[in-house]
Amino acid sequence: MGPEILRDVSFHLPERSFQFLSGPSGAGKTTLLRLLFMSLKPTRGLITIFGKDRSAITRTELPLLRRNIGVVFQDFRLLDHLTTYENVALPLRVRGREEATYRSDVIELLKWVGLGERMHVLPPILSGGEKQRAAIARALIEQPRILLADEPTGNVDPQLARRLLRLLIELNRLGTAVVIATHDLGLMDQVDARRMVLSGGRLEIYD
Amino acid sequence: MTETRRLLKNLGARLSSGARDAVSRKQMPIVPPDNVAGRAMVLVIAIMTFLSCLTLGAVTLVRDTAATWQTQIAREATIQIKPEEGLDMTAALAQARDIAASYSGVLDASIVDAQATARLLEPWLGTGLDIDSLPVPRLVIVTIDPLSRPDFAGMRAELQETVANATLDDHRTWVDRLVAMARTTVTIGMSALVLMLSATALTVIFATRGAMAGNGHIIEVLHFVGAEAPFIASQFRRHFLLAGMKGAAAGGIGAILVFIGFYWWSSRNMATPEADQATALFGNFAIGPSGYIGVGAIVIVIAVLTAATTHVTVLSYLKSVDSTHPDSM
Ligand SMILES: Nc1ncnc2c1ncn2[C@@H]1O[C@H](COP(=O)(O)OP(=O)(O)OP(=O)(O)O)[C@@H](O)[C@H]1O
Ligand SMILES: [Mg+2]
Repeated sequence: MGPEILRDVSFHLPERSFQFLSGPSGAGKTTLLRLLFMSLKPTRGLITIFGKDRSAITRTELPLLRRNIGVVFQDFRLLDHLTTYENVALPLRVRGREEATYRSDVIELLKWVGLGERMHVLPPILSGGEKQRAAIARALIEQPRILLADEPTGNVDPQLARRLLRLLIELNRLGTAVVIATHDLGLMDQVDARRMVLSGGRLEIYD
Repeated sequence: MTETRRLLKNLGARLSSGARDAVSRKQMPIVPPDNVAGRAMVLVIAIMTFLSCLTLGAVTLVRDTAATWQTQIAREATIQIKPEEGLDMTAALAQARDIAASYSGVLDASIVDAQATARLLEPWLGTGLDIDSLPVPRLVIVTIDPLSRPDFAGMRAELQETVANATLDDHRTWVDRLVAMARTTVTIGMSALVLMLSATALTVIFATRGAMAGNGHIIEVLHFVGAEAPFIASQFRRHFLLAGMKGAAAGGIGAILVFIGFYWWSSRNMATPEADQATALFGNFAIGPSGYIGVGAIVIVIAVLTAATTHVTVLSYLKSVDSTHPDSM
């Protein structure tokens, strides 16, 4: 067992809240998001998600809880053999929905993130920024209760970053709690929101 | 800003309404087909199906033939009278025939006359034979109603009492041996079939685990977007069901071709010694309708077995992945 990346970290993410999670590279931002997303189990400590004790959540409950959580991965995690459209529609397909019931919604969202022209293209030939937008679209297609975004603007120009940030803010206004992990100070300065800063394994919160 | 809001509101409303529409464009499978069930697996399933079908064909052939023999043999009994110094053979034959005919369940009793007996012996003794000069046993053929067999024990006792040197053979020993032989063959064939089906299932397990390991990144993403284990399993199952159906159909068609080929061969070579040998053993060398139905059943069983094995393997794999190392993000 290696060193503890996160220690004595204690916080609460209220419903409909909006916050940034920042800290130097390697501080443990991704690790913290993985804990929240339940893809990592804490070696010690207590995590409660939607009022449920993490350690009491069973394998069959996990997917249903995850459907309330949207995630934008730092490395996107798009499936290379599916088109942009199919990648974004994946959460809906996994829920057993008929394509006809969501097709226009997915197209609309893709257009809004500027991927209307790149809809039927496979991820390997998308640019970094395009992949990022596809990953964001996939995370919010189902309007999750909480959105965890790991460096969601790391690969786009400042103008598009602002546009994507607006989208996330808008999502928040509609009732989704948002956590944006970033070390982009410029981005954080655009919104007056709660800031959680990780350093040396500890967490400071600036409301 | 209002644009975004409208978009998302719209989205929420439509998502919750969940209106269903049957029209659906063909989407790419979530698990790409080419890196799952390769040609090798289709080939293995085809071979296994082929062998299973041949085994089943052989089993039905033996069973049907044995059944035919059995009814043929069970329809007849023979009374044999050995010649002896001072025995009036003609009288003894007539007496034996009358005794046999008096039992209920006997349809007919007829004496094999001197010419017929001579003909029977012709292959060994040649023609122009005076049958009366030789001590040749004579026969009475008793035809039996197979549904209500006569009282053989009573008939045997009465014959022994009244006709000297008469023995009754009701072919019971033969029938019993035949039934035992057929039963053994069927048991062996069925065991072989079970072994082959197990080997097929094991092959599918290996192929499935390979496919899962090769598609780990897809499984991970599916987990992240909230896919339940049965959904993930179904994505793999459809490929394996297809591969299973392809392989099983190919193997089944191959087996049917072999059956037809044998039938053609045996009917074309009807008069040759080899074919006579086969005909003597198996009657007409033909797989009956039950054989073809069996082939169809095996094809279906193997396709279903493939799909079911994949399903169970994927679920247990997902369980083991989950407990050993958590997903990475
Ligand atoms: N599965 C793991 N096992 C052991 N150590 C890990 C694991 N994942 C990450 N780490 C370590 O934990 C530390 C924090 O990693 P993490 O990815 O959370 O940082 P981060 O804050 O997201 O950094 P960045 O801003 O570069 O994305 C790093 O030192 C990393 O090497
Ligand atoms: Mg990170």
